Amino acid sequence: MISEFGAYALILALVLAVLQTVMATAGRIRRSPVLAGAAQGAAIASACLVALAFAALIFAFVTSDFSVANVANNSHTDKPMLYKVAGAWGSHEGSLVLWCLVMTGFGAALARASGLPFGLKTSAVGVQGALGSLFLAFAVFTSNPFARLDPAPFQGASLNPLLQDPALAFHPPLLYAGYVGFSVTFSLAVAALIEGRVDPAWGRWVRPWALASWVLLTIGITLGSFWAYYELGWGGWWFWDPVENASFMPWLAGAALLHSAVVTERRGALAGWTVFLALLAFTFSMLGAFLVRSGVLTSVHAFAVDPERGLMLLGILGVTAGAAFALFAWRAPKLTGGGLFAPISREGALVLNNLFLTAAAATVLLGTLYPLILQAATGATISVGPPYFALTFTPLMVVAFLILPAGPLLAWKRGDLKGAGQRLAVAAGLSLVCALLGWMAFEPRKAMAAGGIAIGAWLILGALAEVAERVRLFRVSLAEVGRRARALPLGAWGMMLAHAGLGLFVLGAVVETGFKVEAAAPLGIGGEVTAGRYSVRLDDVRIVEGPNYLAEQGHLTVIPTDGGPVRTVVAERRFFPAGGQTTTEVGLDFRGLDDVYVVLGERRSTPQAARAWTVRVYWNPWARLIFLGPLIMALGGVLSLLDRRLRIGVAGRKKAVERAA
Amino acid sequence: MRTAAIAFVFALLAGPVMAEPAAAPDQPLASASQEARAQTLFQDIRCVVCQHESIADSPAGIAADMRRLVREEIASGATDESIREDLVRRWGDYILFKPPVKAATWLLWFGPLLLVLGAGTAFIVLSFRKKPVTAPLSPDEERRLEELLHTEGVRPDPDATSSHD
Repeated sequence: MISEFGAYALILALVLAVLQTVMATAGRIRRSPVLAGAAQGAAIASACLVALAFAALIFAFVTSDFSVANVANNSHTDKPMLYKVAGAWGSHEGSLVLWCLVMTGFGAALARASGLPFGLKTSAVGVQGALGSLFLAFAVFTSNPFARLDPAPFQGASLNPLLQDPALAFHPPLLYAGYVGFSVTFSLAVAALIEGRVDPAWGRWVRPWALASWVLLTIGITLGSFWAYYELGWGGWWFWDPVENASFMPWLAGAALLHSAVVTERRGALAGWTVFLALLAFTFSMLGAFLVRSGVLTSVHAFAVDPERGLMLLGILGVTAGAAFALFAWRAPKLTGGGLFAPISREGALVLNNLFLTAAAATVLLGTLYPLILQAATGATISVGPPYFALTFTPLMVVAFLILPAGPLLAWKRGDLKGAGQRLAVAAGLSLVCALLGWMAFEPRKAMAAGGIAIGAWLILGALAEVAERVRLFRVSLAEVGRRARALPLGAWGMMLAHAGLGLFVLGAVVETGFKVEAAAPLGIGGEVTAGRYSVRLDDVRIVEGPNYLAEQGHLTVIPTDGGPVRTVVAERRFFPAGGQTTTEVGLDFRGLDDVYVVLGERRSTPQAARAWTVRVYWNPWARLIFLGPLIMALGGVLSLLDRRLRIGVAGRKKAVERAA
Repeated sequence: MRTAAIAFVFALLAGPVMAEPAAAPDQPLASASQEARAQTLFQDIRCVVCQHESIADSPAGIAADMRRLVREEIASGATDESIREDLVRRWGDYILFKPPVKAATWLLWFGPLLLVLGAGTAFIVLSFRKKPVTAPLSPDEERRLEELLHTEGVRPDPDATSSHD
């Protein structure tokens, strides 16, 4: 009954989304505040209904209602509660409802946002309604999450055990919030093209949405990467897998958008380009959805796929992106250019940032789609993997990172490169010292890694130098420095954290990739294997029973060879009877910035016919920074979002609520 | 759960027979430089039964076989290039994560560079074309500017001078 109610709510949400578009269009043409208000009401009601449908779906999962096909295919009575709930978005159908929920939720927030002019807001609500209609129709007509089974099975097929993990329970909602958040920037961009006006105010309205989406996407991707790191048991954290790339493209486009929106907001320049990026970010999100759900790619992340649905998604992508970019081609030349600027200026640096970020996104796109296109065109199969991206993507980023710290030190309009150089001289010198120290500290000595360390240090020190410059550190009294630091806008701190977080990530990625040590050996009880600075001893292996699995649980002791505290870790091999699958649970010993990563492999016999297990040990130096860096970047984004200058809409909304009350 | 437990124990006992044989841990090559070459090659070679993994990362049995094969070839004196050629002869270009540079992949390899160069050139050309026209002030205008600057209450445009926002 609840499921029928959910299905009904979803259909009603679709009807309301269509009404939202129609009323917003009519309201915009007739300049009728009544119709526009009704469209906003429909947006909010539509979001509430999708939320009800989603709640009904979660209810079906929590109560293990196997008469619902989606539940029967993806749940099991023995599954822990967290994964029963998470199962609601573990399948194609369920995750599509989540997608629609985020989309209509952002649509409702857009409808509630104040401070936007009538025309722009009404058009944006209409476009958002059209996007919502397309995806809700896709859910209702091709992927009904509430379809019944008759007869209902006694037990469900359970969720893929690889996905039964806390990081992965929260990874999709965050990732989707980021992906689909860009639908609002898309709607605002299309609305601006319809209205024919892109001014600094538009830049200011679009930036919080872009920033919020980018922050959520950053956290989502980081969680996903961390999951791959410890759940797949290969010790890697980024594989340039097509599905990872699918999430990375909107991230890169979103990062470019954030920076170009600043130029539009402050200087009124780059208006057309900012609109283009706002369209591009969500187009990449939809492309990602298509790649993951259509079956054109195979990946651990891909959903159980269906070419027919893929074709429909391709249709949605073609219609929305095609219409939006056609509108862009038609209207963009009419957008008036904003403030002029010299090539060497803050604007110029941000243009370079955008040049490299979009080129990087294009490289990822090329590397992801090229094998598909080549195979379709000529039948030849090629593989594009990490070595390709190391030769194309990485150099682009290196150049971008070298330029990055100079940007914030240049003035708007016309900058003083020599002055910026002088202010960064200390940071540059210290970065070279860091490179030298790194070169001497890590064995074996690698020039490339030392260069990478210099770049990471350069990003961090450059970010610090910028703040030091703004508070006049060492040039005025400490009290004055404190006063200046308190007076700095949150956005400035946000930028510093985001850039320093990027530097931390670079350091972690370089050191982990350059100096990780791997060792594997068949170990009997009491056996030891050594990887770099750490020895790992297998103390005991027990068979334990989990809620929905059985496991061989290895208890191991990590012993630093150069002294230091001895710790124990637990690594498991889990067998899930429901699906007949086996997963590994990695034992992680956090050692400062380093990880000692222990995998219990299959049981095997030693020549002496004793019981033995293959134990693989990785010493991953500075691996912590790989995941900490992006989280600090996201924190920087949050600080910028809290900046007063961006909170105009929020304050207005509060007032509106008070008025309504 | 009991039947499951029995199934599990059975699976443990029969595991190596039922599933693909458990790969023996790799025997690294005796020569450190040869082993380093092997490790670099592993990163480039795709595991043919996996989804998107190199044989360096994959736990699959066939990946272990391929690693052994590569090590044997290195030990017998084959060059990296000849090993790659052997693999491509057997499996096609698909086997290498680094696609060969040929007519069909020129766009793939040089697209990013062309994009940066093209867009960079466009930016430079545009930014020089849009150069603001600032004719020198006439003596009369200079005088008026002087007067204005001395009038109190005229604040300079903060954007024009501050290096920060």
